[in-house]
Amino acid sequence: MSAFLQCAGCKKILFAAEFEQNLRVCQYCGHHHRLPARDRILLTFDPDSFVEMDAELRSGNPLQFPDYQEKREAAEAKTGSFDSIVSGYAALGGVRVVTAVSDFAFMGGSMGSVAGEKITRTLERAAEERIPAVIFTTSGGARMQEGLLSLMQMAKTTAAVQRCNEAGAPYICVFTDPTMAGVLASYASVADVILAEPKALIGLAGARVSKQAGVSKIPDDFQTTEFVFNHGLIDRIVPRKELRNTLVSLVRMLGNAA
Amino acid sequence: MAAKSWKEWEKPLIELEDALAKLVERSKIAPEAERAEIEAKVAEYERRRDHYIDVMYSRLGPWEKVLVARAEKRPYTLDYVQALFTDFIELDGDRRYGADHAIVGGPAMFEGRPVMVVGHQKGRNIQERQYRNFAMAKPEGYRKAMRLFEMANRFGLPVVTFVDTPAADPGVESEARGISEALAASMLRMFELRVPTISVVVGEGGSGGALAIAVANSILMQEHAIYSVIPPEGCAAILWRAPEKAPQASAALRLTAQSALELGLIDEILPEPRGGAHRDPAEAAAIIREALRTELSDQSKRTGDQLKAERYEKFRAMGHLISPPVEQPPLIA
Repeated sequence: MSAFLQCAGCKKILFAAEFEQNLRVCQYCGHHHRLPARDRILLTFDPDSFVEMDAELRSGNPLQFPDYQEKREAAEAKTGSFDSIVSGYAALGGVRVVTAVSDFAFMGGSMGSVAGEKITRTLERAAEERIPAVIFTTSGGARMQEGLLSLMQMAKTTAAVQRCNEAGAPYICVFTDPTMAGVLASYASVADVILAEPKALIGLAGARVSKQAGVSKIPDDFQTTEFVFNHGLIDRIVPRKELRNTLVSLVRMLGNAA
Repeated sequence: MAAKSWKEWEKPLIELEDALAKLVERSKIAPEAERAEIEAKVAEYERRRDHYIDVMYSRLGPWEKVLVARAEKRPYTLDYVQALFTDFIELDGDRRYGADHAIVGGPAMFEGRPVMVVGHQKGRNIQERQYRNFAMAKPEGYRKAMRLFEMANRFGLPVVTFVDTPAADPGVESEARGISEALAASMLRMFELRVPTISVVVGEGGSGGALAIAVANSILMQEHAIYSVIPPEGCAAILWRAPEKAPQASAALRLTAQSALELGLIDEILPEPRGGAHRDPAEAAAIIREALRTELSDQSKRTGDQLKAERYEKFRAMGHLISPPVEQPPLIA
């Protein structure tokens, strides 16, 4: 790794060591760069508390979709995981939680059968054990290479949220850049508490699609964290360095009844 | 070169049908002497038409299915409502922001029994299409649907939904008012229902906008309807940066009813009349009627808890995993 890199937001040159220490947030413009799932887990949860579950789950190529196998294998090599979600048990300030963290590096964090199954199991565990679920999203949406199977993961994961609601298990979702389409329009948007990192891309359809649909005036902040916050669609904008403390407080207060 | 629209694809057939119609008109006013000849020609045209239909519709590829599913002559939700139900009273409004005409709904009688009907509604001409926003519902539409689902649940009415939308509305206003939350919340509400639920995909099952009202115990699809995670044009644009490759994308996406059944994601394919639902809407409705009757009587034997649990299990099982799934956690009491 080189000693310097360029901020994706303001293009200024940053010291790699300082950048890592700053949780990959630009010290000049505050741009939150994407985090690999395992790094996110390390900096969020209590040290050594994470126990991974369901790591063995792997997708096939049920539609025999062109190039899917190759793309997935490349993503596996890049991330060291079988799919876009890393999930398991962890602790936050001593409170036992279940978690699932999406990795954008794995095919854009897209949700196919495996991601859907992992999210569902995570939420079902929260419901069954009545412990908080903390999920970090970063995803372009449903994975089109698994076609309708991917679409149905939206319903499946949402059903599991409904189970948490009935069981009284708190569910906190943290939107990180980007949180889009089929993921936003399913389990992500029906969390009890929704936090988001600053300036993340958050929306149903890409801005290009909106333009194609004849939408003429697109505001500058369209589909950003700030846009959805100002429209009352999320609870709080939380900078990365404050996320852990915010989550600890939330699970301590909301996870008590469980 | 693949046809771009249903009209283009069916052109030879439509021309033949037009010629046939003219011939039939002529035979009515023709002098006695010519009549026999014209009638022979009519018979010949009919034979050719049936042959065309059989050839074209016996090997519909995925892209042709897309064209037929989008055909502007295809019966829409309100056509089926009129054919299948009596006493339909449309209820409107989300009680929060506005009216949305891309989704219609209300109570109606089905063979002597009240049900709650909800469906996407397309328009047939320019004015209607604008009024219906091309069946692309905004958050208000889905929130109205949710209100009707909840009402049905309270009063013990089975829910019947008709799915026919290209997608949820992607505009700025919809984003500002939380279209994604509306879609997710609608699914969540459907999982709470303790009444029979049946969804019929009658045209385009366009991704989240379709699924949001299709979380049902029975999911039926008409023979030439489609159901897809993404429009084929969007898929082609992302994969190959070439929206014109939509025909290839529709094959890759396996968006036909036949594929959905093979993947175990729908329960039944409802056959369509010869040459598609648009050639005989009454017959298409009769086939749906038969299926609704069976499903309703079947689901009505179950308790609300059973229906809710079975709906959960149904969607819980959807997915394709290589590793064997571990046993799932027991039901929460």
